[in-house]
Amino acid sequence: MRKLALAAEALGIAVLFWSFLASGGKDTLAVAGFALLAVAALLGALGARRELPGFWLWYASLLVYAFLYIPLVIVVIFSFNDSKLNAEWVGLTTGWYAKLFADDEMLQAALNSVLIACTAAVIATVLGTMAGISMHRFRPKLLPFLVFTPVAMPEILLGVSLLIFFLNTATPVLGAFGIEFGLGLATVVIAHVTFCIGFVAIIVRARLAGMDESVFEAARDLGATPWQTFRLVTLPLILPGVIAGALMAFTLSIDDFVITFFASGVGTKTLPLQIYTMIKVAVTPEVNAISTLLMALTLALILIANKLAPDLVRAKA
Amino acid sequence: MRSNRTLRWLVGGPPFLFLVVFFLLPALIMLVASLRYPGEFGGLAPLIATRPGEEAGLTVESYGVFFSDWVYAEIFAKSFGVAALTTLICLAMAYPVALLIARSPKKNRDLMVLLVVLPFASNFLVRVYAWMIILGPFDLLFSRFAVIVGMVYVHLPFMILPLYTNLEKHDPALLDAAQDLGASAWRRFWRVTFPLSLPGVFSGSALVFIPVLGMFAIPEILGGKDDWIVGNMIKESFLGTRDWPFGSMLSLMLTLAVLAVAGGTSWLARRAVRQA
Amino acid sequence: MALLEIRNVTRHFGALTAVDDVSLAVEAGEFFTLLGPSGCGKTTLLRMIAGFDQPDAGAILLDGTDMADTPPEKRPVHTVFQSYALFPHMTVAQNIAFPLRMAGNAPERIAAQVKDALAMVHLEEKDQHHPHELSGGQKQRVALARSLVNRPRLLLLDEPLGALDAKLREEMQVELIDMQREVGVTFVFVTHSQSEALALSSRIAVMNSGRVEQLDEPSRLYGFPKNRFVADFIGKINMLEGEVILAQGAGTKLLLKGLGEVEASGGTALRPGTPAALALRPEQVRIAAADAAVDLPNRYHGKVRDFLYIGDVTTYLVDLPNGQRIQALLPNSAPGRAKFFEIGDTVTVAWPAEAGVVLAE
Repeated sequence: MRKLALAAEALGIAVLFWSFLASGGKDTLAVAGFALLAVAALLGALGARRELPGFWLWYASLLVYAFLYIPLVIVVIFSFNDSKLNAEWVGLTTGWYAKLFADDEMLQAALNSVLIACTAAVIATVLGTMAGISMHRFRPKLLPFLVFTPVAMPEILLGVSLLIFFLNTATPVLGAFGIEFGLGLATVVIAHVTFCIGFVAIIVRARLAGMDESVFEAARDLGATPWQTFRLVTLPLILPGVIAGALMAFTLSIDDFVITFFASGVGTKTLPLQIYTMIKVAVTPEVNAISTLLMALTLALILIANKLAPDLVRAKA
Repeated sequence: MRSNRTLRWLVGGPPFLFLVVFFLLPALIMLVASLRYPGEFGGLAPLIATRPGEEAGLTVESYGVFFSDWVYAEIFAKSFGVAALTTLICLAMAYPVALLIARSPKKNRDLMVLLVVLPFASNFLVRVYAWMIILGPFDLLFSRFAVIVGMVYVHLPFMILPLYTNLEKHDPALLDAAQDLGASAWRRFWRVTFPLSLPGVFSGSALVFIPVLGMFAIPEILGGKDDWIVGNMIKESFLGTRDWPFGSMLSLMLTLAVLAVAGGTSWLARRAVRQA
Repeated sequence: MALLEIRNVTRHFGALTAVDDVSLAVEAGEFFTLLGPSGCGKTTLLRMIAGFDQPDAGAILLDGTDMADTPPEKRPVHTVFQSYALFPHMTVAQNIAFPLRMAGNAPERIAAQVKDALAMVHLEEKDQHHPHELSGGQKQRVALARSLVNRPRLLLLDEPLGALDAKLREEMQVELIDMQREVGVTFVFVTHSQSEALALSSRIAVMNSGRVEQLDEPSRLYGFPKNRFVADFIGKINMLEGEVILAQGAGTKLLLKGLGEVEASGGTALRPGTPAALALRPEQVRIAAADAAVDLPNRYHGKVRDFLYIGDVTTYLVDLPNGQRIQALLPNSAPGRAKFFEIGDTVTVAWPAEAGVVLAE
């Protein structure tokens, strides 16, 4: 009975979804959808009796999961929609994707994003790994604060303070040495590294904490210098965590909007910034297309990272 | 070992230095910036006057403006209101999911958690844009409602995960004991599960409340001019009116607010743990 | 010259003194054991010998050279850790080869040495396996092989048999002794199990609260404990309290509380009136039927309160006239009878004058 009720609920959600996309008969479909949801609730209430709380848990959770996914599914679907308006389904087309690849600005933004993400990921991974090891081994007092605060505080604060720093301090100071310095790719990379270090550090530290300490002592006991111990024992053992951290940093960098917004100059555009401009100026399904591609990329990266460090997800919390 | 100290600096040094230069220093500079005059063409005025009659040096002008005009207090209050509402809605929506995952058999849990995290894989703007599409036809766009929906949508995973992490650790035997002693399902939840989950509730709340306070993109894209919160003001100060001292002052105020919230939830969480 | 010399070594951790002015010497080829309860300082001492900790005072000398400035990787000392500490990402063969690689041996030589080491611990077929595929006993043996493969001057073992079950533990004890004899490396063994220490060691240092209470061969520790702690820690002991009446020549006369005068050996340096105890091992106390004729000077009647049947022996707990309970050991080897005494039986307990040790403190 419970399964039937939940199936009815799923069907109701699907009908509501369809009602949104349909060109005609939207109202009837919507009513039908809600009716199904009510029926599902009724069926569940009648049939589940003793496991009633369990049923409500499933009912509510299904709605929440639907809430999480349906908006994104709509974005993906409309990216293939043969209509300029994101209103209803007209027909299948890949035209928007074609337009995307012909858009020079977009391609430049994509290139920038990847370049920045790669650079930032590498630097953040190296520094974050060092920070993670340091915090585990030496328990420093100030470093954890410096590492974790950029992650915990609202991004706008970090973005704004870096803006002031770059334009008001770095530019004149470096100018005095004859170096021209302005907002651009470099400043974005620096900004991204600053908040990515924390994520890598958490992962590496968690990995070290879960290991048998005596393994490192054993290496030194058997004749390995501290550097050899790191190279032959520590590094191989934390490598999955380091790679997961690198992927995480890459993903965060590619997706970042707020900090990039403040740290980039007029000429530097990344994909999120490009999307932002498109949203504010003229909304076309091109946005859907680039969003879909971006989603696919970050999805793949998260899945790989999840394979390498399954407790990564918990560490984030 | 004598070499331990050099090792410490070798390993911990580079990240430490990097963060001091690119995090601590900018923060301090911003602190000072809030006490300066705005530059003639925007930005900051110099600390030492280079031309006669130019404003330079330190001042508490920005703070004066902040404390003299009620508008700013209102905006902060609005921001707190939005953040609180978002947090409550997130809590109500996140709890069933977190509970369901925690109660599910072990082999399903990782998958269910992954399903919660995956929407997070999409770009933040994409998630906001999706609601533009959905709310547009219903004429609900550019309203307070849209802003809240957007805020909830973006931050929901941040409430689900800490809550789940906490609930997963609960000992099922406690509930069995309660049932054995005659408690109904609702009673069991309210008297056993919920109190024990309070630390998770508080850490999840902090993870939602604090970022919402500083948001500007969602009110800007999904809301009207009326729905501006602190984040919008800060952005406007730096990129619109270019009154950097004012923007810095607002940022500092925001930082204080964040610290207060963080401290508050942390204190509440510790109290909850002690009472549990 | 002793292989390992520990001179007046002290180590503090804040207010706690983990090792308190300890001095001892270990000779080459010995199976030397540091024995004591948790927190007595034995592991701290071991770590200082290995180089993972530095003494606050005193010196540690290996072959006459002070080790103060030598880091662990340069000391010719290897450790077998309690958790075995095998490298999880390397195979068994690679684990064993590790110290040889660190020493810079040629690859062909390494391969041969690893082969010999595996043969020594009977694990030839496991060479390509990873540690997580091995049982506890097998991991133990790999850890041993790894530490012995390049013949260090000294091998430190930190409670290596602690995680093994009783039977496996006994088997490994025998293997350890054989291995030590075969390889000839000096062992310094740390354990809190006194039976294990007695079985394995050539000499034992009994430690308590950072100090060495007694350093002796096992039999002398057992038979002639120097103080109450050692007497109580090693094996089972009966402590009969009293005071010295007379101390002369070969023996002492003690007045035991509620039991009257007894004759004992030893303790001749004590002055009359000094509070002292007679420490008796259960196997030194003869137990017989109440009416049996027992030709021993120290004889009392008592009631059996309880007994512990262990299969080969039974320990009887007998209440003495002064209310104290005494343990008496009786082998169950007499044919035709499963048990000798029941609870409630009245029995005679007695011991000769040479039995036991007189201990003042």
